[in-house]
Amino acid sequence: MKIRMNVNGNWREDDVEPRTLLVHYLRDVAGLTGTHVGCETSICGACTVLLNQEAVKSCTVFAVQANGAQVTTIEGLAREGKLHPLQQSFWEEHGLQCGFCTPGMILVAHQLLCRNPHPTQEEIRKGLEGNLCRCTGYQHIVKAVQSAASKMSATEPVRAVAAAG
Amino acid sequence: MPTCKYDWPPANERRLIGKRISRIDGPAKSGGRAKYTYDINRPGMLWGKVLRCPYAHAKVKSIDISAANAMPGVKAVRIMADVGKELLWEGAEVAAVAAVSEELAEEAVGKIKVEYEPLPFLVKEEDLSKAEGYTRPPNIRKVGDPHKAFQDPELVVSEGYYGAPVITHCCLESHGNVAEWTGPQSLRVWASTQGVSVIAGEFAEPLGISANNVNIICNYIGGGFGSKFQVDPWAIEAARLAKDAKAPVKLMLERDEELLVAGCRPSAFGKVRVAAQKDGTLVAWKSEVWGTAGPGGTTSPPLPYVLRIPHQDLKYTAVNTNIGPARAWRAPNHPQACVLTMCALDDLAAKLGMDPLDLLMKNADLAPNEVLARTYREELQKAAELTDWKKNWHPRGDKSPGPIKRGMGISMHTWGGNPHNSRCTVTIQPDGSVEVKLGSQDLGTGTRTVINIVVAETLGLPLEAVKVSIGDNRYPPDGASGGSTTVGGVSGSTRRGAVNARDALFAVVAPSLGVQPDQLEAVDGQVRVKGDPSKALSWKQACAKLGVRPIEAQGEQRQGAECKLNDGGVGGVQVADVSVDTETGIVRINRLTAVQDCGLIIDLKTAESQCYGAMIMGICYALYEEKIVDRLTGRMLNPNMEFYKLAGIADVGDLQVHLMTGPGYDERGVIGLGEPPVISPGAAISNAVANAIGVRVPTLPLTPDKVLAALGKV
Repeated sequence: MKIRMNVNGNWREDDVEPRTLLVHYLRDVAGLTGTHVGCETSICGACTVLLNQEAVKSCTVFAVQANGAQVTTIEGLAREGKLHPLQQSFWEEHGLQCGFCTPGMILVAHQLLCRNPHPTQEEIRKGLEGNLCRCTGYQHIVKAVQSAASKMSATEPVRAVAAAG
Repeated sequence: MPTCKYDWPPANERRLIGKRISRIDGPAKSGGRAKYTYDINRPGMLWGKVLRCPYAHAKVKSIDISAANAMPGVKAVRIMADVGKELLWEGAEVAAVAAVSEELAEEAVGKIKVEYEPLPFLVKEEDLSKAEGYTRPPNIRKVGDPHKAFQDPELVVSEGYYGAPVITHCCLESHGNVAEWTGPQSLRVWASTQGVSVIAGEFAEPLGISANNVNIICNYIGGGFGSKFQVDPWAIEAARLAKDAKAPVKLMLERDEELLVAGCRPSAFGKVRVAAQKDGTLVAWKSEVWGTAGPGGTTSPPLPYVLRIPHQDLKYTAVNTNIGPARAWRAPNHPQACVLTMCALDDLAAKLGMDPLDLLMKNADLAPNEVLARTYREELQKAAELTDWKKNWHPRGDKSPGPIKRGMGISMHTWGGNPHNSRCTVTIQPDGSVEVKLGSQDLGTGTRTVINIVVAETLGLPLEAVKVSIGDNRYPPDGASGGSTTVGGVSGSTRRGAVNARDALFAVVAPSLGVQPDQLEAVDGQVRVKGDPSKALSWKQACAKLGVRPIEAQGEQRQGAECKLNDGGVGGVQVADVSVDTETGIVRINRLTAVQDCGLIIDLKTAESQCYGAMIMGICYALYEEKIVDRLTGRMLNPNMEFYKLAGIADVGDLQVHLMTGPGYDERGVIGLGEPPVISPGAAISNAVANAIGVRVPTLPLTPDKVLAALGKV
């Protein structure tokens, strides 16, 4: 089936099998391997991407369901080689260790900050509870999101960053 | 003055060591640019899938691969278990397929027809009386005269049953490889491995090629925890499929396979009796313990844990079961030993009417050596301060009204953490650029960053002036990363390598500054005369003196190497603060506090992160994790992450880490940290639950059904 999708700001057209999952399309067709598969059943959230600005678990979305949509992956957050405040904060606050879950964590945190630019610690934990990490220890992930929230409110409106995808 | 050529710099001279430094691979990871094995895609690459045995124990009666072979797009099919082969666990490999897409490979696996002869099996070992015929001869050991000691009527004796079931590793990046033949006899493998330098031979032998012709690459890995040391049968098969199909093959396990066959942690269940004088002085220990590591047998956890109780009577029985074989799981056998011991001591303290922290403090001298005894006393003290233990702890059973009961529990642990052997090369180019190369791997712990810090510190350079090359077995060999051996190994070799490189540079530069080489120092991007900073060359000017010949210096960490840069044998104390809903049985972590020593810390930030990560793993196995296998069918009931539950960010409460640093710790040198903080959470949380609800929930995980059962409500 022919599909057309805006991935990280670029429109592309591809022929895919109807059974192709969005995550496999992004990784194997578009070559964007920053999106990972952890559990395969939408529990761990390693495959989270933004579909029309909304965080989805791309291991349970068919590529054809995203036909015509705007998709942002972790590779699409940085602008002109400059890390997004969330990417910067996950680095500086050590919100990542092995890093396998990190892209999903960052994208779901992105959605959280779009909806709630100044979340409390509890709101961050609630907002990120659909994503699992096995080794970083979560504590620094909470700090990273807090730090990104203050960076983002100090610089540019959150929604503008989101729309750039 | 340094006492040995390769000392660590004194505290007041450290610019980078011991500071809070952000990991150097952070932007690659947060930017989605880090390439894990799973992310490697090669031109013309095929996908591999494995057909696995659906029985816990069976023999292959017939196998027919013709239909799979005939499918368009299927490029190779291989039988891994031929007719007559006995398979000892669910998930054992039967056949493998390589095809042009992952979906097609999966479909082809489904076309392979196998007839099995199911055979008798055992998959559950908690009830030892039902394991007849599956047990190994027990291991019995006595210390002192336990029989006589327990007869002393003056002693207070506590008895209990405790345990921890089989759990899995559940790495977020599953096990797997991409295999590509680069010549008729030469293979390149991108492997999700903990041992870049050590696994080439394991590929070479079954494939009939030379280990020198096997190139292993692993730049990033999504978790290992002890389960990714060996070369697995499916990895060899990926290479064979690649050879047959004349194309690279990627074979990564799916989540169910990962949980079925790619590693589990042995269980341990046991009846424990422990006796003390009325003042809490420990006198005697008796334990009858059993556990399983799958079909391969296992050994007893180190009991009694941490404390050398004078009289001991120990019995251990290994049970062979038909589940996927065990692999090393972060701090092998220690979390189990910790649960069996620290929960028993906590029950003893309750019987004595004693604060368990006081009981541990009183018996700290039973630690194996004086360094550890002192460490425990200091760490217990620190943990008491951080948690305001004396104010917040209450005797067993929260007497406050309402269904939510709060409690605190304590535990302590130990681990080795001595370095593995490691070698590196440090190169200084005449243009001033520096590279350090070693066949190590960064499991996410921060190995790259640690190496960078050590070399930059030694050469007086900023971090970014040093290129760190690891993750490839063409570099000087380093040990596998396991058992908290890596930081000691790589810091020992790279400190020596960098000192050797620096001294070689000093020898070239000294004449132009009119001094002897040993009068020079490398500080702040300069090579200068000690005590006379005006006589200095910039790093670039100094390196230019090399002309056209770069310096290539070696560094080695091995047992008995000149100058001691590292040590082993740490303590560690943890305190859990929990709330238990006595109506639903749900346990919530309010706070988990870790007080941990690890000698000289290279990077405080990554060191703390090791503790946080270990603590959530601890919470996972304390509250949720269990490999549940059906007694009747022999099949795992939760080979997925819906029902093999891990803690989420909202489940772990507040985590607090305190690392012991400064005098008494720094001078021990570097000690590994990966294992120790994962050991105590199970016992500390179990003890906190007992403290809250007034009764012991005997075995982990502390699930609602078990909590309610302990309360007599179900």
